[in-house]
Amino acid sequence: MKQTFAIGIGGAAGQGVATPGDIFAKIFSRRGLHLNAYNAYQSIIRGGHTLLTIRSGTEKITNMGDRIDLLIPLNQDTMDRHLRLLTAGAACIYNSDTIKPGAAASGVQLCPLPVSELADITRNKVAQNTLAVGAGLHMIGIGFPALEEVLREQFKKKGDAVVGENVEVARAGYDYAAAHFTDFPNPMPKTENRYAIMSGNIAMAMGGAAAGVKFYCAYPMSPSTGVLHWMAAHARKAGIMVRQVEDEIGVINMTIGAAHAGVRAMCATSGGGFALMSEGLGMSAMIETPVVVINCQRAGPSTGVPTKTEQGDLWQMLGAAFGDYPRVIAAPLDIGDCFQLIPEIFNLADRFQCPGLVLCDLLLSEGRLSVHPKDLDFSPGIDRGELISTNGSPAAGTTNGGYKRYKITDSGISPRAVPGVPGHIHTVATDEHMEDGVLISDEFTNPIKRRAMMEKRMRKVAGIEAAVPPPTLSGPRDADVTLIGWGSTKGVIEEACEILNDEGISANQLQIRWLVPLHGDAILEILKDSRHTIIVENNYSGQFARYLRSETSFVPNGHIRKYDGEPFMPHHIVEAVKEQLAGQTKLSVPMHEIMV
Amino acid sequence: MATSVQRASQLTMADMKGKVDPDWCPGCGDFGVLAAVQKALVELSIPNHNVVTISGIGCSSNFPGYMNTYGMHTLHGRALAVATGLKLANHELTVLVTGGDGDGFGIGGNHFVHSMRRNVDLLYIVMDNQIYGLTTGQTSPTSRVGMKTKSMPFGNIEAPINPISLALAAGATYVARGYSGEQKHLTELIKQGIEHPGFSFLDVFSPCVTYNHDNTYQWFRPRVKKLEDDAGYDAAVWTAAMEKSLLWGDEIPIGKFFERTDVPTLHGAEPVLNEGPLVHLDPNVPPHVARSFIEELM
Repeated sequence: MKQTFAIGIGGAAGQGVATPGDIFAKIFSRRGLHLNAYNAYQSIIRGGHTLLTIRSGTEKITNMGDRIDLLIPLNQDTMDRHLRLLTAGAACIYNSDTIKPGAAASGVQLCPLPVSELADITRNKVAQNTLAVGAGLHMIGIGFPALEEVLREQFKKKGDAVVGENVEVARAGYDYAAAHFTDFPNPMPKTENRYAIMSGNIAMAMGGAAAGVKFYCAYPMSPSTGVLHWMAAHARKAGIMVRQVEDEIGVINMTIGAAHAGVRAMCATSGGGFALMSEGLGMSAMIETPVVVINCQRAGPSTGVPTKTEQGDLWQMLGAAFGDYPRVIAAPLDIGDCFQLIPEIFNLADRFQCPGLVLCDLLLSEGRLSVHPKDLDFSPGIDRGELISTNGSPAAGTTNGGYKRYKITDSGISPRAVPGVPGHIHTVATDEHMEDGVLISDEFTNPIKRRAMMEKRMRKVAGIEAAVPPPTLSGPRDADVTLIGWGSTKGVIEEACEILNDEGISANQLQIRWLVPLHGDAILEILKDSRHTIIVENNYSGQFARYLRSETSFVPNGHIRKYDGEPFMPHHIVEAVKEQLAGQTKLSVPMHEIMV
Repeated sequence: MATSVQRASQLTMADMKGKVDPDWCPGCGDFGVLAAVQKALVELSIPNHNVVTISGIGCSSNFPGYMNTYGMHTLHGRALAVATGLKLANHELTVLVTGGDGDGFGIGGNHFVHSMRRNVDLLYIVMDNQIYGLTTGQTSPTSRVGMKTKSMPFGNIEAPINPISLALAAGATYVARGYSGEQKHLTELIKQGIEHPGFSFLDVFSPCVTYNHDNTYQWFRPRVKKLEDDAGYDAAVWTAAMEKSLLWGDEIPIGKFFERTDVPTLHGAEPVLNEGPLVHLDPNVPPHVARSFIEELM
């Protein structure tokens, strides 16, 4: 089993949960440790309850894990909710002036901090947070200079006095822990590696910059807004036009307008905004102007649970816009993949002149992960496909009265000239049109031409299928159980497989990244040897299971589903697999024990 | 609309004609608007390939197909949003947006208001016939109270939008009204709108001879009065424009209501475009910038 250490910091929104979290994250990352952070929070700016889990270790950490080793409750509510979940070996640091501990399991160390004795709480409102960070740091065997360095950066802008005061408070916590608390038996390790700590939203925004995106626009919507924030903050350095638009209908249409002029254009939203964009996707497909649209799923339907995760929009994506049209749909597998997928999907969208849809979710969008800088390639290779632009394309500038924007070809791909190129004037239309762009729908609807144009566009599907690799199985081929997941559940299923293997149940994993094209035949080929198949997904109705069945007629032996707003933890999957292998049920819906 | 455009030599009306002829009903007001737009482009000598005509959906939205310019026939109500993206990606293009009253003031109302406050540099021509034509005659946002249509057979009870007042309130920097029956006057307004730096809004009375039997050529002809004939009218004064915009009845003003040129255009205010149009920028992020993006996360 992986050696990891997880810290849980909880409190009300506005109590400053984020800052201690950031400090620990920075210290871990600078020690060359991997980390994964997940923040369970509510749609409230002040109050409520927030629990940030930071899990760290020397190996890659793909999910929040099953246990908290060190709990730092910043209020009574957090203590009441979470102390009971700590198990032997864990510790809890709390402000003994204001918080009373409940009954803890045996082997759990309670670490009361007499905050008003250690710091001047009239001057420093977040003294309890800083003291706890200092104390915690000592208990995990990290020297004080690491914390001092981060505090100096954190408070630099506020001046030397504030820096000095915070360092002093942190030091008091550090020293108090040395004198009064028992350290964890294994100090946090250290490696020579260095990682970037990033959210999926930052990764997708940076991936867009790497892909050569020049136009990004959005309407704010959780949990996609982080993409807008990164884009806006870095627009000038990266040479990207970033606009906040009146609504998501405006967003998709503005994105298509910019793409039509010849730049790579991208937008991101969540399920509700994506619903508004649906008609625009049909336009992108019909006029064959490529765009990339990201949907960061949150728990629906409707406004749903805005700050909670779900994989509930698969069928919305599959059914978005009316009529048949070619497109690609992909679900990134982890936060690093959020970066890598964007240039890949842009190349496909450009080559096949169709929409590229990214199905992310809150877990990746707002979670944080350590990513090796070598996995953030800013020269990923840009393939604009058959584009005739004013930037010196060979065909540009030649007078070609016979240019046909929608020329019927074997591949279904027609060379795309952008406005401003001499000799290639044409009108694109959302109405069905002929090869030269002239409408066939209003004046004289022509079944032969309609069929030819429909088949031209749909021929691109074969090209897309050939360009996208089929999924592969990881783990032993002849395993007792095959777990099938898609997108963001990759990490937690991987860890569940490791635990199952340790416990004598061999497990393998089939994780789907490309939803369209699905490669159904390749999936059937993989699954035909599986002894027991279970589809794991973060929704109520088994959206992927239904999709797989509709495409391949494949029916798995069982399902593990979760739709309470929280992501899977490894033990949820492990226990469900065991009950299903024992024949107790075919549908497991694990209970989320942490009340957040 | 853009002033920094290339000039073509010796264009004729034939150069402006699209691949097909309009399929509008004989007598439709839109013919006059099409001719005036073509005439304006000829007179301004803007090369065809540097013009993009963008429309939504409706009778008048077939317009781009009748022009020999780059064209986009987009979605109902969305032409302005598409045009904004296109203009921001390549601000060297001259962008004309055409559509009807249902397209612009009904389904596209939100984009209409926001495009004006942004001062996107384009000319927006609404062929306003106060009716939905392509869907065979329903009430539109500019239909007058009492007008009987298929959707309101006992008479419209909803007050119409006043496009001129709305445009003035929303911050349009050029606001005018034309009449399809006044060709020369309309052509002048289109030229002004194209040359104006910023959002130019031109509402054009374009009678629907098939479905609107109230607001006909006969009805408009005695009522329209050119603002240009009023020596005392100053189109630089916003309050005067607002006051004039409220006139409706025996006298209906046409002409330039308002213009100001001291407001930066959207693309002019955007520092990212200091290096030139987005379409000409290098898609690659320079290595030192890429490194800085990663380092701030470490």
